[in-house]
Amino acid sequence: MSDATAGQIGDQEPTRRDFIHIAAGAAVVGGGVLALWPFIDQMNPAADTLALSTTEVDISQIPVGSQITVSWRGKPVFIRHRTEEEIAEANAVDVSSLRDPQTDDERLVPDPEGALRPEILVMEGVCTHFGCVPLGDGAGPFDGWFCPCHGSAYDTSGRIRQGPAPLNLPVPPYAYLSDNVIRIG
Amino acid sequence: MAGPSTYEPKSGIERWMDSRLPLIRLGYDSMVDYPTPRNLNYWWTFGGILTLCLVIQIVTGVVLGMHYVAHVDMAFDSVQRIRRDVNYGWLIQYIHANGASMFFLAVYLHIFRGLYYGSYKPPREVIWILGVVILLLMMATAFMGYVLPWGQMSFWGAVVITNFFTAIPLVGDAITTLLWGGFSVGNPTLNRFYSLHYLLPFVIFGVVALHIWALHVPGNNNPAGLSVKSRADTVPFHPYYTVKDGFAIILFLILFSVFVFYLPDALGHADNYIPADPLKTPEHIVPEWYFLPFYAILRSIPNKLMGVLAMFGSIGVLVALPWLDTSKVRSMRYRPTARWCFIIFVIACLALGYAGAHNPEGINLWMGRAATLYYFVYFLLLLPILGLVEKPKPRPASIADSVKSHGEPAATPAE
Ligand code: HEM
Ligand code: FES
Repeated sequence: MSDATAGQIGDQEPTRRDFIHIAAGAAVVGGGVLALWPFIDQMNPAADTLALSTTEVDISQIPVGSQITVSWRGKPVFIRHRTEEEIAEANAVDVSSLRDPQTDDERLVPDPEGALRPEILVMEGVCTHFGCVPLGDGAGPFDGWFCPCHGSAYDTSGRIRQGPAPLNLPVPPYAYLSDNVIRIG
Repeated sequence: MAGPSTYEPKSGIERWMDSRLPLIRLGYDSMVDYPTPRNLNYWWTFGGILTLCLVIQIVTGVVLGMHYVAHVDMAFDSVQRIRRDVNYGWLIQYIHANGASMFFLAVYLHIFRGLYYGSYKPPREVIWILGVVILLLMMATAFMGYVLPWGQMSFWGAVVITNFFTAIPLVGDAITTLLWGGFSVGNPTLNRFYSLHYLLPFVIFGVVALHIWALHVPGNNNPAGLSVKSRADTVPFHPYYTVKDGFAIILFLILFSVFVFYLPDALGHADNYIPADPLKTPEHIVPEWYFLPFYAILRSIPNKLMGVLAMFGSIGVLVALPWLDTSKVRSMRYRPTARWCFIIFVIACLALGYAGAHNPEGINLWMGRAATLYYFVYFLLLLPILGLVEKPKPRPASIADSVKSHGEPAATPAE
């Protein structure tokens, strides 16, 4: 190998030029990827969109057995004042038989004293299949919500029971500011 | 058949130009003296019709862009204003809206033509794959265009289709947020869809140029599926096919006009005359007719991820088709069994369209499932196997012979 000339067939040692080629190529690819990132990330939610992220709601006016729909981050949030039967029905389910196992209590957020209020159910009105707004007020075979788009049925706790949707209706982050007011987001 | 150029510049200006940018030569060689199989039937006129459709969409679209406002508070009203107040706005808006349907009608017939006559087989695989790329771009363009008027169907179509991406494991939600530019379909989404809806047709234009360039290397396939062997097999493109294409274009424009002038909303959906309401989904949401078969495939599979994969897979198999079909015989005219399988395939596609338009319950659901199954069986089992076991009918010796014998094989010499 002592005096093998670069470019000779057979025993080619990597030369300085090979090194420069590879290093330059890597720099171009790496630089290209870095330069691309701003053009991708600009599509993500802008700062002002992120800033619009909380909604406060007075829940005292919702009669038992009915629900209101409020808009949070451009999508519907259902707040339902559940009846005793609805709560009992939600608790009577064998959790291990569910597609997305969750107890009814796991779908509630405690108030500042740490107490759960099972009569108030808060969740996003966005079907986990392809995002339609399910019909409420006891719709569907499980007395909860029913999505008209492709027939997903949710129970009185908003858990998926039947149809193509894979997950329960999501519970947004929310907190009780007082007995009557919750803040979503 | 890219043969040697026969163009001879006649005037001084043409000679000057020809030695600098041989544009006239290109046009002459590809549209005047281009040797074309003499047996092309009317199924071959859709290429020209499609080119016209693309031009119509671009011209009317640029005009609409002068009046349209891409903002959630104004988009719906600006489209109504185009229809009512802008001079001839009604005409231009209806041409553009119905033009998309006409475009898809033509492209589907164009694709079925290719499937029947084996235009995807060697040496035309690249033409075919570029065609599939065009189809995907057309679908993206049509989908984003339909969102722009910001009616209820626009909005909920956008919600459902962008939600397809949430089916991707792990990164699905992040990708969907990226597409929306927010936490739901909203103003940022509308803005970017407008930008891309304006851009993509010009990308399609570029890919169509490649598609035709690739076509002009091996030349056209033809109903007999035979390769051109001699000059007797061809005629010059002009006047033979300029006239034939022109006649087909006139018929096509008559159909187009019936829709624009007499049935302008027949292919649309009444709910799109209701402004978008992000808090309420319409009772019955359906896509535009040209997406119904794909929607039916999506809905016939009860699992979210699998449904989305099957839907995209239904176009993916088209890319692999040149390698899935093992038969050396191009035209189904000479493939007695494959021909029937193809006819059933067309029926299955129509059944999918029907199933996509109706609630997936009872008979509709099962029809959709059967048709989905057949769709994939056709590409993944029937075509690969038939090529190995089917005995093709005897084929004419040449294109010229096939014309003389009306597609029947010439009398076979005594055995
Ligand atoms: C904007 C859409 C399209 C335009 C403007 C277009 C245009 C054309 C033109 C002008 C021709 C030559 C004339 C003819 O044979 O009809 C052609 C041929 C062809 N196209 Fe397309 N096309 C489009 C989409 C597609 C799609 C979606 C496919 C398939 C998936 C496809 C597959 C083919 C094939 C295989 C050929 C060669 C056909 C042959 O000579 O048999 N095209 N196209
Ligand atoms: S979006 Fe609800 S079932 Fe498909």
